[in-house]
Amino acid sequence: MTSLLDLDLVFVTGKGGVGKTTVAAAVAEVAAASGRRTLVCEMDAKGALATAFEVGELTFEPDEVAPGLHAMAMSTEESLREYLRLFVKIPLLARIGPLASTFDFVADAAPGVKEILAVGKLAHEVRERRYDLVVVDAEATGHVISQIAAPRVIADLIKVGLVREQTRWMLEILEDPTRTGVVVTTTPEEMPVIETIELLERLRRDTGTAPTAVVANRVLPAVYNRAELTIVERLDEVVDDLVEIGGPGAVGVVDAATIVERRRSAGAVHLDRLRRHLADDGLPMYTVAELFARAHGRRVVSQVAEQLADELGVDRPGATES
Amino acid sequence: MSGLDPLLASREMILVTGSGGVGKTTIAAALGVAAVQRQHRKVLVVTVDPARRLASALGLDGIGNVPTEVVPAAFEAAGLDVRGELHVAMLDTKAGWDELIRRHAPDAETRDAVLANPLYENLTSRFVHSHDYLAMEQLHDLHATGEYDLVIVDTPPSRNALSILDAPSRMADFFGSRLLKWLTVPYRSKLFSAASRPFQQIADRILGSTFLQDIADFFILFQRMERGFVRRAREVEALVADPRTSFIVVTTLEAAPAHETRYLVDELERRRLPLGAVVANRVLPDHLADAAAAEAALVLAEAVDDDSNAAAFEHAAATLDVEAARLRRVVAKAATRFDDVSMVAARESDRRDDLSSIADTVISVPWTSGDIHDLVGLDGIARTLRHG
Repeated sequence: MTSLLDLDLVFVTGKGGVGKTTVAAAVAEVAAASGRRTLVCEMDAKGALATAFEVGELTFEPDEVAPGLHAMAMSTEESLREYLRLFVKIPLLARIGPLASTFDFVADAAPGVKEILAVGKLAHEVRERRYDLVVVDAEATGHVISQIAAPRVIADLIKVGLVREQTRWMLEILEDPTRTGVVVTTTPEEMPVIETIELLERLRRDTGTAPTAVVANRVLPAVYNRAELTIVERLDEVVDDLVEIGGPGAVGVVDAATIVERRRSAGAVHLDRLRRHLADDGLPMYTVAELFARAHGRRVVSQVAEQLADELGVDRPGATES
Repeated sequence: MSGLDPLLASREMILVTGSGGVGKTTIAAALGVAAVQRQHRKVLVVTVDPARRLASALGLDGIGNVPTEVVPAAFEAAGLDVRGELHVAMLDTKAGWDELIRRHAPDAETRDAVLANPLYENLTSRFVHSHDYLAMEQLHDLHATGEYDLVIVDTPPSRNALSILDAPSRMADFFGSRLLKWLTVPYRSKLFSAASRPFQQIADRILGSTFLQDIADFFILFQRMERGFVRRAREVEALVADPRTSFIVVTTLEAAPAHETRYLVDELERRRLPLGAVVANRVLPDHLADAAAAEAALVLAEAVDDDSNAAAFEHAAATLDVEAARLRRVVAKAATRFDDVSMVAARESDRRDDLSSIADTVISVPWTSGDIHDLVGLDGIARTLRHG
């Protein structure tokens, strides 16, 4: 199986709130640190990727945010301009102005047009080979399929025209498992795990793009062995003794231990279910531990990148030690 | 702190909103349970894709587009005392759209032509945030039947949770848009119109004229339904702003959802829409952030190697019937691990204070052991929601 970093294009998706952008940024950081010229692109223009790298607003024109690591934000309008310039040979930007806004309306209504402008740009970067790896901070699980499947939808709906011809080379890139992959990010919770399993099924059914791996983010480490666990579960029964030793605040220590352990064991059940599902598919699951971090931003990205580098078995990026 | 009992008793519609992954569906269901515990009301919870376990929590194996009652026996079995009737329905976008078309189509011919159009499914699932629009439509519909005293809607997850509020006007705008006008002008006059000719030529070359014509055909049909859609969109808009409606914003106290919540609350105020409460879900208990707890953690971590506490450890070990050494190890680990948890609790407490400064009612729902998968679990949340 192709390693994640050896692909040309990787979509990182996941249910809202699971840390998809941080994982996408971390994958890009690991790739760049391993010497790959890397582009990371935010698809939904919410600014989360810029926050992750602690840089100003990202634009359609990539910025080098770290050595070998370039970041951009998708804009379908800019993509359309570039497309018209490159393929339709319209140099007069003045004429494109009103044109683009009208086209924007069409793109809003016509199925797959916005999506293909976005995915087409990514596939174009891959085709031009300006980067070794393009990492996409893609749409959340609910919308990513319509993005990845856009060239198929277009090829189905549009029988003639320039766009139809171009879906062919896009699909060649998108549907080659040695070139394009999908990484699904999840947390050890019920709904994210359910959505992950459903997304893997939908990817197979509705697209020709193969899932590459699942990243389980914010996993609480197991710190107690089996014998110790039975004690943790009953610590509240001896809270008076512990208060005698540690003072009244010992109640909080016991509560914290109980809550975290319950949360960990509930999460472990969901992860086990996911692991079994992935084993059937032969997909790897990479684990990133809960960081209890105070802030988002570069430090968190680096810490996640370190963990991912270990999981992927590549040399650690030159990140700051925590 | 005041609870939501008064709100649940006085409103006819509650919109539960918030960013993804914060437990909106669970809170919406718990609000439904809370409402029927207190009053003799007929309450409906409309949800999007609920976790299967939540559906079974309500005693429903598959929630459909049609409202289903949570049978009294299910409440009884869970030991819950309820006075009202709780119904649950799931939002089904495709079926919802079909129904809209049936309702707004001026004649059977238009209706059948739209439903059979190959672009129909593709378009309805994409344009003008159709999920949002349908949620609003459904709310209006259910309210209009007068069959329920209270309708609680769990809004669909969307990139921007407030896009749901713009959905009706976007729908109305769409019918007045240049796009629709342009698309529905006969093809020949488009070619001869000076304004749209360059666009038409380029669009033809890129997309192919057949495709554009297919889209145009569809919208020409769609336009026949304009009157119904626009009137409806305006009614939905009025309903949202009605004083009988209230918004409940659900969040966790993590950074991103709390930030989104601040934005949502500001935005509701700007639009003069009534915020009922902010519900902070999965919150760690306050006392984990206390200095006393941090102090105890330090003492306990050191006490493990300290013989002066032998009696207390022996006593505890005897109570649990385990070896004292093993108990000491567990306490040491718990104490060492405490800092991380305490830091999270402190952060949450800051964010709750911050939310309290922008919303009159902030209710904290404590973090429970795991997922809510029965009525007893929902009842626990319902109590917190009712009493604060």
